Amino acid sequence: MPNRLLSVVGACFTICLAVVTLALMPAAGQQAATPQQPAAGQPGQSPSQHALDVGQFPPYKPARLPDGHPDLNGYWQSLVSADWDLQDHEAQPGPKPELNGVYGAGPAGQSIVEGGEIPYRPEALAKKKKNFETRAMVDVSNDKTWHNLGDPEMKCYMPGVPRANYLPYPFRIVQSAGASSSYMLISYEFASATRIVRMNSKDEAPIPSWMGWSRGRWEGDTLVIDVTGFREETWFDRAGDYHSDELHVVERYTPVSPFHLMYEATIEDPKVFTRPWKIRFPLYRHMEKDFQLLEFKCQPFTEEMLYGRFVKRPAS
Amino acid sequence: MTHRSVVALGIPLIVIAFGSLSLVMSQAPQTARKAATDTQSRAATPPAAAPDSPAAKPSGFRTPWGDPDLQGVWNDATSTPLQRPTGVGSKDVLNGEEAEEFQDQIANRLSRDRRDGGSEVDVNRAYNEHWMDSRRLKVTADHRTSLIVDPPDGNIPPLVPISAERQKERDERAAALARFNAGMPNTYLDFDLPIRCVVRTDMPPYMPIIYNNDFQIVQSPGYVVIAPEMIHSARIIPVDGRPHIGKNLREWLGDSRGHWEGNTLVIETTNFRPDTNIFQDADAATFRLTERFTRVDARTINYEYTVEDPHTWTRPWTVRIPWTRIDPAEQMYEYACYEDNYDVSHFLGGARDRERRGEVAQPIPHLPSVQ
Repeated sequence: MPNRLLSVVGACFTICLAVVTLALMPAAGQQAATPQQPAAGQPGQSPSQHALDVGQFPPYKPARLPDGHPDLNGYWQSLVSADWDLQDHEAQPGPKPELNGVYGAGPAGQSIVEGGEIPYRPEALAKKKKNFETRAMVDVSNDKTWHNLGDPEMKCYMPGVPRANYLPYPFRIVQSAGASSSYMLISYEFASATRIVRMNSKDEAPIPSWMGWSRGRWEGDTLVIDVTGFREETWFDRAGDYHSDELHVVERYTPVSPFHLMYEATIEDPKVFTRPWKIRFPLYRHMEKDFQLLEFKCQPFTEEMLYGRFVKRPAS
Repeated sequence: MTHRSVVALGIPLIVIAFGSLSLVMSQAPQTARKAATDTQSRAATPPAAAPDSPAAKPSGFRTPWGDPDLQGVWNDATSTPLQRPTGVGSKDVLNGEEAEEFQDQIANRLSRDRRDGGSEVDVNRAYNEHWMDSRRLKVTADHRTSLIVDPPDGNIPPLVPISAERQKERDERAAALARFNAGMPNTYLDFDLPIRCVVRTDMPPYMPIIYNNDFQIVQSPGYVVIAPEMIHSARIIPVDGRPHIGKNLREWLGDSRGHWEGNTLVIETTNFRPDTNIFQDADAATFRLTERFTRVDARTINYEYTVEDPHTWTRPWTVRIPWTRIDPAEQMYEYACYEDNYDVSHFLGGARDRERRGEVAQPIPHLPSVQ
């Protein structure tokens, strides 16, 4: 009978459609029971656990501000131990372990440098070695040699770029939109250091500065910041890696998930290195409720170290 | 078509519709995270805006997400004194001619290029005018005789007696300053926070100073960020109604929370550190600061603050300072400070040197004629 046939066809069609619909719906938050092939990935599809485990991000379309650019606003922090040493490093004790035990010790870490090694000019390596040997010494008794000794981080000096981005402290990217949005601002908890990023600017650095002269632009969904005009006294890490006044850094910030930016920096300094070299690591979004930067104004922690020799001592 | 066939066709159509709806909803763009509000933790109602403030004026300056737009680089330098000087009677606003004369008198007094008063006074004037912000020799455009707008007499209200403990702290700081003025400081702690390069004009409320009177404001959804030039910090102010941090977290710059009242950004700041001399030596435990920012026109922001502390003043008082957009060809520079703070080694090293040569400290409470 035609009506019964129609009912059967309709039922089959319904079932097939239901199955297809359910299969296409994203399985948000599903835990894979067994390892699967790395996902080719559509935005919104859950990636395989294996892909996550080897640091692969599935394709991602970021949330945007009203001007169409990805919204990078947030509190960010890295998890690498590159501030101890950009290259491969083993765990190390801190200063005076006979007094402090584990306090002050450093973890092991793998190099964040593409290719593993920083391409120093052979004659420039000697200064890195000297930096490392004198990293925990200071001498501010003579203006001319004021900056000769000691890791500037230890002295609570502004860390420069890119070091500020891999110090173990959070920072906030402040990104505006609209006609007034010719500036971005990056505020670091460490020493309350601040960078102003001039968007789409062709102005050259008028004067050297500790945090450099930053000019930003968008390349697709990547924020590119060109940084020049550095004070030469900043270091890249506690291992004594350093640069000259010709340092040129090009940073790339790419949103790769709602909770991660992929950070890359190309470092160029013909006085110190044989060629440009790159570092790369993720930045993680702080997700604690009501998170904010607190103060790490570390200047008072260093005053006795720097100036104690000039303090009046009671006559003994 | 029969009823049954309509039903038979209708069911798949419903399934299609439901399935499509589910697909569309699951791929909807992520909405912004809603910030939690906790109205019980909000500060008590802040004091009302001062009379005649432009807070009620409409403003067309808006960010694309609808907040009033305060962005840009602004300068707050002015010669108008905090308190109404004697000699202008009870006038709170001067006419054009009076204002010019007022401005000239103050400019002459403040100028670092003067050479009168003797060599010691001359030396105490320190840097000459080249290094100063020349905008600090101009009175405010509204020709007021004081930055204080309330109380109406333009003066800081009467003080209340302070505790013995606070008096002791003030005496210790005064003694340290006297040693410093005499060129014989004992330790780096004898210097004030600006000389130690910890904070300077970035500790609110904001006041004009000899130079570097610039502030950069950048906004993003849910935040207003104020970056004063000295000392290279940024005050990140949520405007989403979240509570202050816990009372055991104290900060040099305090903890700020903002909200919009019409076109005005109202900021309340708490959690100041008790071990520093905050504004006008108030008591950090009871000091309350409320600031208001209102965009007046393309070149002007109206900045007002009200301070109250029942342990210091008999009543709250309010200050109004115009902020002017800087020349677009100019910019705010990095003010590094601590990284090259030769002052501390020079002052301390010099003092130890003088002691070695047998000099004895003759403390000087106040340096003559220094502005």
